[in-house]
Amino acid sequence: MPVLELKGVSKHFGAIHALDDIDFALDRGEVLGLMGDNGAGKSTLVKMIAGNFPPGSGTIAIDGGTVEFRKPLDARARGIEVVYQDLALCNNLTAAANVFLGRELMTTFMGLPRLDHRRMVQRATELFAELRSETRPSDFVRQMSGGQRQAVAIARTRLAAAKVVLLDEPTAAISVRQVAEVLELIRKLKAAGVAVILISHRMPDVFTVCDRVMVLRRGRKVADKPIGETSPEEVTGLITGAIHAL
Amino acid sequence: MHGQAGQAARRLRWTLSVVTQPAWITLAVLAIGAVMCLISPAFRTYDNIYNDARNFAFIAIMAMGQMTVIITGGIDLSVGAVMGLTGIVTGLVLQAGYPLWVGVIAGLGVALLCGLINGIAVAKLNLSPFIVTLGMLSVARSQALVLSNNKMVYQFGPDEQLFVAIGGGDLFGIPSIVIVMVAIGVVLTILLNHSRWGRYLYALGSNEHASRLTGIPVEAVKISAYMFSSLTAGIAAILMVGWLGAVTNALGTAYELRVIASTVIGGVDLMGGIGTAYGAIIGAALIEVVRNALLLAGVDPYWQGTFVGVVIACAVLLERLRHRRSD
Repeated sequence: MPVLELKGVSKHFGAIHALDDIDFALDRGEVLGLMGDNGAGKSTLVKMIAGNFPPGSGTIAIDGGTVEFRKPLDARARGIEVVYQDLALCNNLTAAANVFLGRELMTTFMGLPRLDHRRMVQRATELFAELRSETRPSDFVRQMSGGQRQAVAIARTRLAAAKVVLLDEPTAAISVRQVAEVLELIRKLKAAGVAVILISHRMPDVFTVCDRVMVLRRGRKVADKPIGETSPEEVTGLITGAIHAL
Repeated sequence: MHGQAGQAARRLRWTLSVVTQPAWITLAVLAIGAVMCLISPAFRTYDNIYNDARNFAFIAIMAMGQMTVIITGGIDLSVGAVMGLTGIVTGLVLQAGYPLWVGVIAGLGVALLCGLINGIAVAKLNLSPFIVTLGMLSVARSQALVLSNNKMVYQFGPDEQLFVAIGGGDLFGIPSIVIVMVAIGVVLTILLNHSRWGRYLYALGSNEHASRLTGIPVEAVKISAYMFSSLTAGIAAILMVGWLGAVTNALGTAYELRVIASTVIGGVDLMGGIGTAYGAIIGAALIEVVRNALLLAGVDPYWQGTFVGVVIACAVLLERLRHRRSD
């Protein structure tokens, strides 16, 4: 049974068909590359799966059960985590504080609730070790490199044992060495049985880590192929419309 | 190796830029105080220092409330007017013959209501904090006029003795208001560092969008900050009226400027996300010693506003310079 399945999903914003009759399914531990030009509908699709707004028509199912998300927290409660392009981190807080933001571990002090700093740092240390990242839990995010920030955002998704992680352009603005780090993080997620949707413009990244690639063009799905049965040239053609598939 | 050294240096610079503003201001307060003690016999009297402590404590209490709002990226211009309204409401309730606790609850209730309205307008209706609280400044001041009918209140019913003793009294030679200030400072410092509420204030001020995505109750946290700011104005008002032994609707006029100045001088970032309770207190202390020093130096008191204004502008400038260096 697929962990995430979309059937006939469409979304209109006024006269604009942002998404038109999208079907796809994703299994545990599968990494799907989601590609398409600007305005192809990628971010609408991601936002919908993340619970920012409901589909106009069609259904989203998790582990075979249809779900209706009203807000991002609903999606999160069902095991969907998103790493946004801007990473949604607070620069003035530490890595550990960011990992646990909104889900702080608490303890009591003289009967009163109190943040459990020690346990949060400990758990964050474990998560970073698991992800093989050099990020230190007590460093402030403001001081970190792009790769370290990615690790913080991804460590966040590991807290709740997410089923599906959506990564929105994680390698768009970082150095070559950091790109390798991020791709390694994605492999770690896959190894842990997490289904990953990687939204990217970067062909090499998609062909390095993804099992499948799905291409959107003008709100429609124009391809959904195992990575071994396609090539960067073909995908480029599908994205630009030079090749008409399906 | 080089990278590590570079990172260490960057971290040190950043740490310095965050930690040191309250530390610098503490040094400035001590230095001015020491110089004044040396050159002015009038300054070093117990009475003068006692009065200084009392004067700045009112502002410091309100500055701590203001700081929580500024950390979220907002501002509360209504604190002086809320102080006036609280003072009048408490005074009128006591004058009508109710016991002290009724007067205090009525006064603080009105203050909290003002904060609630500010908070809802900012958080739920997405209005600019500047405009909302400017409006509340006008409304609260006008209501103080309406309720008091522009008359002074100076009789406080059956509990008058107690009321005056709390506001104007002292414990072991320390003014009661200073004790209240320290108590609020300690509690607020603990809350900011060890509670969810504190962490969410900072998160909100740094990245509101991220805070919302991680499920932080953004609206509730914002509203609570405005209510806390109003509450501190209410507490300061009640203590001040007890101390003065009378209240007019002009109580707290133009205090918002000194309050906001105290926070900024104490290292609170007007862009949000940075600030400490100690900073707010020490910022208020600096304004008071400068004011007192100028007065004792024989500077025309009419000039005070000019000096306070220049100090605020300098503090903001300093903050800007430090930011440029640390980013």
